[in-house]
Amino acid sequence: MTHLEITRRSFIVTTAAAGGGLMIGIAMSGPAQAAAGMMPNPWERATAKEGQEINAWIVVDPDGTTTIRVGQSEMGQGVFTAMPMLVAEELHVDWKMVKVEYADSNRHVRNNNLYQRMSTGGSGAVRNSRVFLQQAGASARERLREAAAVAWSVPRDQVVAKDSVLTAGNRRGTYAEFATRASQVQLAQEPAIKQSGQFSLLGTTLARLDTPLKVNGTATFGFDVKLPGMVYAAVKVVPVRGGKLTSFDFNAIKGRPGIIGAYALKPVGEQPFATRIDEGVAVVADTYYRALTALNLMPVVWDLGPDVAINSREYKARLTEAVKLPGAVGRNDGDTIAAMKTAAKTVEGHYFTGYDSHTCMEPMSCTVSITADRVDVWGGFQNPPGALAVVAEHLGKQPVDVYSHTTFLGGGFGLRSRNHEVRQAAEIARQVGNRPVKMLWTREENERQARGRPAAMSHLKMGLDAQGMPIAFYGRFAGHSAAAQANPTAVANGLDSGTMNGIRDHRYKIANTLIEGHIRNTNQNIQAYRAPGYEHNLWHMEQFMDEVALAGGKDPLQLRIDLTKDLPDWQLVLNTLKQKSGYRRDLPKGEGMGVAIGESFGSIIAMCAKVSVSRRGQLTVEKYDVVVDCGNLVTPAIAAHQMQSGIVYGITDAIYRELTIDKGAVVEGNFDTYPLLKISQMPVVDVHFALAGGDKWGGMGEPATPPAAPALGNAIFAATGKRVRDVIINQADLSWT
Amino acid sequence: MALTLSVNGRNYTVDVEPETPLLWVLRDNMGLVGTKYGCGIARCGACTVHIDGQVARSCATQAAAAVGKTVTTIEGLSPNSTHPVQVAWTELDVPQCGYCQSGQIMAAAALLAKRPRPTDGDIDAEMELNLCRCGTYQGIRAAIHRAAAIAGGAR
Ligand code: FES
Ligand code: FES
Repeated sequence: MTHLEITRRSFIVTTAAAGGGLMIGIAMSGPAQAAAGMMPNPWERATAKEGQEINAWIVVDPDGTTTIRVGQSEMGQGVFTAMPMLVAEELHVDWKMVKVEYADSNRHVRNNNLYQRMSTGGSGAVRNSRVFLQQAGASARERLREAAAVAWSVPRDQVVAKDSVLTAGNRRGTYAEFATRASQVQLAQEPAIKQSGQFSLLGTTLARLDTPLKVNGTATFGFDVKLPGMVYAAVKVVPVRGGKLTSFDFNAIKGRPGIIGAYALKPVGEQPFATRIDEGVAVVADTYYRALTALNLMPVVWDLGPDVAINSREYKARLTEAVKLPGAVGRNDGDTIAAMKTAAKTVEGHYFTGYDSHTCMEPMSCTVSITADRVDVWGGFQNPPGALAVVAEHLGKQPVDVYSHTTFLGGGFGLRSRNHEVRQAAEIARQVGNRPVKMLWTREENERQARGRPAAMSHLKMGLDAQGMPIAFYGRFAGHSAAAQANPTAVANGLDSGTMNGIRDHRYKIANTLIEGHIRNTNQNIQAYRAPGYEHNLWHMEQFMDEVALAGGKDPLQLRIDLTKDLPDWQLVLNTLKQKSGYRRDLPKGEGMGVAIGESFGSIIAMCAKVSVSRRGQLTVEKYDVVVDCGNLVTPAIAAHQMQSGIVYGITDAIYRELTIDKGAVVEGNFDTYPLLKISQMPVVDVHFALAGGDKWGGMGEPATPPAAPALGNAIFAATGKRVRDVIINQADLSWT
Repeated sequence: MALTLSVNGRNYTVDVEPETPLLWVLRDNMGLVGTKYGCGIARCGACTVHIDGQVARSCATQAAAAVGKTVTTIEGLSPNSTHPVQVAWTELDVPQCGYCQSGQIMAAAALLAKRPRPTDGDIDAEMELNLCRCGTYQGIRAAIHRAAAIAGGAR
């Protein structure tokens, strides 16, 4: 086995190239003027003023400062900039006067889901909120115009609203002057919202409103919440999922400095799977270090439970057996079995990807304060109303008496969407009593309590006709189903189509397709990942498509173009990739380019990776060209950053990351055993937009992750003739002669 | 035991075990939470600070070892985010989630103090231990070059 030292070829990157194909200048007048668009505590009012609320999303202060409320959580994907842009596009507000704050989840719950959508996931921030956010902006603008029209006795259509100023002839007034009157206006009819082609703000690059807080250390993350009288909790859960806490010896640590108590974490009543906590123990002290040190010194006895025999090797063998058998049918076009018999040639590919964890840079945390009349909870929530509901349920409170306050999130990727850590913190705070408790996970707990990516295996078979074109695709999939784990009865006939995302819903024109799936679960907890299903299945599917092309004597990129002739958006993306990437297959041995494409969360993304591999197997990922069709863009720089982010995430997972399960427990725990990509290994990424426009608004946070890994795998094959199928790339021997 | 530490030009006296990592003293005892925890084993760089001008991983530095030295954290790098690294970071909108960025910025500032015109190889070597799960590396590289230019008088 060659140990790979993966490096970036340093001569490629120059200052000019380092911004990729999208070196976007951001207009601003200098750092002193670059005031943040929100408070360091982003759940607080964005300004110190008493403003006038025009509707639930928009508040105008007497000085014209306009606060736009954001229902989604800022985890790096840019919602604190993109979401207010959707409102501002219609409001015709002076962007320099815009501030943002989180929408209040308690008010949302109290007022019948006032903010419509307050969870963040499925790359849906823009896609699923755009219409009502544009509407909020347009409705407020028309009320402002109407208020001025009445005051000036002119028809509303003669009042112009621009940059927070209303004018009609020589009459002039500011939004601030008319905000109170606007809030009382009743319109006979709500205005229509702008469509693609009518935008002036959307599609432009604006400076991120949160950057100033992120370059001086003031942005408050969940880890950073500070409350008067607050104490700190360190936690450890049973190393084997499904195990139990038998006992712990608090006497051994109670004399240590600052120690307040040690508490058993045990199930209380029936808890839904998603938010069920593992059994464990918490130590609480006046500082985190004292709590953690004492926890590590405290003797704890576990009953490891029934699953101590589970290990990765045995589980992989179970999947290998499963894909030999026919499974629950997830897709059935034509008559695949009959067509396969007529094939001139068949190609088969086996692929596997293991369990993985999200590894947000910020480990999980949550702070809870319980008082007689209310409960407050702070953290990096992807679903703040969900956090509120879990706390209310766990503590037996009314939801209206619980307030969840969302911090900045140090990465999310799905990890912070279920609120199991919230229940854990609420349980500790319940036992501690009347002091606020901040619970922090160590890196090791963060990885070992991982509720990340499921393990998955595919056995794919393609029948080709005499011309080498695919005529029959038979795919068998086996893997861990989060849905079945959460609720076995919700998964009918053993079929969880979501686990087969990326294979089952392939878009290639192949007359016959049969996809079957098997569910094989272990004791590992699984939940939303970055592009669930697609993330691992595209590694299987898009590497296999290369195998199919080469077996049929075709160029892999050209075959993808030929098999998607009926899909204009795919044609645009693939042809743009062909043009921009300089994709070629006649490079000298040791160099290679590989392509992959996927459609998920409303966006089509194709990539071309360029690698070099030394004779002894050292891999250098040199370059990625990315072509994205998300229909319309809110703001190009943030979109391009999400493309880079998705690539780093995808190739990090492919190169380094499989959580090993041994004796039922996760082995890896920290960056020494579970690495992330480093700056020295970062390829140059050029992003190209090929937008279909129209009514399409594709997601940005997730869809770049799935195609990144198979493009890399295909490039490695082009360079070396070696196909990495069922191990992480770092364990594959890529040497060649 | 009482330790007196000089952080960002100010003296703090704290009552901690001397072996307490500087990271937690900064965060929990001094309230300077801009310095982040990512790993606790000197493998991620989130906790990067300067001690006597040199890069230090505060999670792996005992508080007692910082006594008598000058500690600088992100909060003390500059007033009003005017350090060239912060200016460049702002111009290029480098941060995504932002959690690693205090450490990235502190590491980059130390690199520039040592090498005012760093090559890509210098950046690779000096920033190797500053991980970013959001994948902002391309922006970081560009911003370090930009910061070098700003520090050298470019507009
Ligand atoms: S927290 Fe210190 S290097 Fe990771
Ligand atoms: S910006 Fe999120 S980890 Fe670096």
